[in-house]
Amino acid sequence: MKIKRSLGERIFDAANCLFLTTILFCTLYPCWYVLMASMSDPNLVQDAKGIVFYPLKFGLYSYIDVLKYSQLWISYRNTVFYVIFGGIWSVSLTMFAAFALSRRNLPGKNGILMFIMITMYFSGGLIPTYLVIKGIGLLDNPLVMMLPGVAAANLIITLSYFRSMPYELEESAKIDGANDYTVLFRIMIPLAKPIIAVISLYYMVAIWNNYFTGLIYLKTRSLFPLQMILREILIQNSTAEISMQTDSAQAYAENVKYAVIVVSTVPILCVYPFLQRFFIKGVMIGAIKG
Amino acid sequence: MAEITARKAVKAPLQSHVRWRDIYEARHLYILLLPTVLGYLIFNYAPMCGLVIAFQKFSLIKGVFGSQFVGLDNFVKFLTAPNFWQVFQNTLSINLMSLVFGFPAPIIFALLLNEVRNTSFKKAVQTITYMPHFISTVVICSMILTFVSSDGLINTLRGIFGGKEISFMSHPQYFQPIYIISGIWQGLGWSSIIYIAALSGVDQQLYEAAKIDGAGRWKQLWNVTLPGIMPTIMILLIMNIGHLMSMGYEKVLLLYNSAIYSKADVISTFVYRRGLLNAEYSFSAAVGLFNSVINFTLLMIANFISKKTTENALW
Repeated sequence: MKIKRSLGERIFDAANCLFLTTILFCTLYPCWYVLMASMSDPNLVQDAKGIVFYPLKFGLYSYIDVLKYSQLWISYRNTVFYVIFGGIWSVSLTMFAAFALSRRNLPGKNGILMFIMITMYFSGGLIPTYLVIKGIGLLDNPLVMMLPGVAAANLIITLSYFRSMPYELEESAKIDGANDYTVLFRIMIPLAKPIIAVISLYYMVAIWNNYFTGLIYLKTRSLFPLQMILREILIQNSTAEISMQTDSAQAYAENVKYAVIVVSTVPILCVYPFLQRFFIKGVMIGAIKG
Repeated sequence: MAEITARKAVKAPLQSHVRWRDIYEARHLYILLLPTVLGYLIFNYAPMCGLVIAFQKFSLIKGVFGSQFVGLDNFVKFLTAPNFWQVFQNTLSINLMSLVFGFPAPIIFALLLNEVRNTSFKKAVQTITYMPHFISTVVICSMILTFVSSDGLINTLRGIFGGKEISFMSHPQYFQPIYIISGIWQGLGWSSIIYIAALSGVDQQLYEAAKIDGAGRWKQLWNVTLPGIMPTIMILLIMNIGHLMSMGYEKVLLLYNSAIYSKADVISTFVYRRGLLNAEYSFSAAVGLFNSVINFTLLMIANFISKKTTENALW
């Protein structure tokens, strides 16, 4: 059954489409610009003053320099390492904690949950945290990039997922003589694959993005995560090069930056559309709780 | 169902006697919880206790237990510091403006997207607007600096409309708009996910009923859709207000420079510079504590008001 739409509605639909297309364009253009500018002749990009829709005199010279810059690749490797190990560590702890807190027969579970949730709204702040990390000898230690393990928000999502599972699953396993570990590893974890995907994604994106931890706790350059080196190249350089250098050198420096952005960002941008259904699911589970 | 109730009834009278047994029975669960609880104790609660240094003249050599107690001296010191109120005002205005403009944006976006009938267009818009969430803060900030630079896109567009070239990053008055607009750009798609989820949960029968009663699209939006997603909106609003004084310092730290401190410096960057770069630990811890207390108070007030007016609350 199709109801004929009124003129007003059709005008609204057209305006809406136009508006959303504009938003689409505004989101895409900055990224497209960086991609195209990175493959162009630096001087032509400088003359284009921010408007580049296709490669201007195609060339990949800056990419060659970027590939040769070993510090970038060391930090890339570090970040991959932090993301994988930090991710596994955080996801495992979150699963354990959420499983335990979702059991009905755990005395004090509400108290423990409260103990964790308070930290979402009240914290010691930067300086006391820094002093604690320093005090326990984690300063300039790569382990600091994988801390603090469990994020309260991810714990709550996982918890509400476990709570939604039928109690009979556990009960029948217990009758067959299973202990809590068996229930967790043999029954719950295999059933929790969607939520594992969701929180892995959240943890990994968080660790990947994090530059601040590296900035305050790491001193040794060979331990730096990718974002710290990106900050050196992209942010600090940008203030230093405003004066001093000649025009063409500055244009080339900009070009190198574009190439660095592409190299460091494209992998994650190629992956996320395929993970979309997972993170939407995560938000929805969180929303039910909220 | 009846079985479960029956079992509960049998178990209930015994419960007070077997409490220690219950704890013993659950020992494996406590073991599973142990690393997480320890982590929170060390990395969240120890720093909270460490806030005592805000009331001390803390020195690294003497430690927390040996340092001299000075009462509220550090608080007096920052409350009377010449630039503190400037920093406080910046924090408040950046976050308030982010809330006023940034909070409704994803809601409006989700509502508009909800009106689109063409599913593949809808999917494309969603996927693409999620993208900025996956670009790291450092890269985003570098892109912002590129676009607002003197030969960047924004100045070119201004040129087309006859405007003069402006060096945005050396004039304080442009910092906050740049920060807020770029924030909306980054968060629009990602923040809308939760509203899109809430929208899909609105009962379709309500729309049917509204149509039969002669409600047009506008009326349906106002009387069906908005009330349907109101709980979600309120909860997120409370949470946002709870973080009103602490959002997004990582971006400020990357974007600002000393020429624009007068509008760009916020409490967390102030704490970072004075505390970690100048090693004034007690002073900065006091500022941090002040900030946390304001946050927490705002959260309580927002939660209270929401509970009274809309019956939606965090607790």
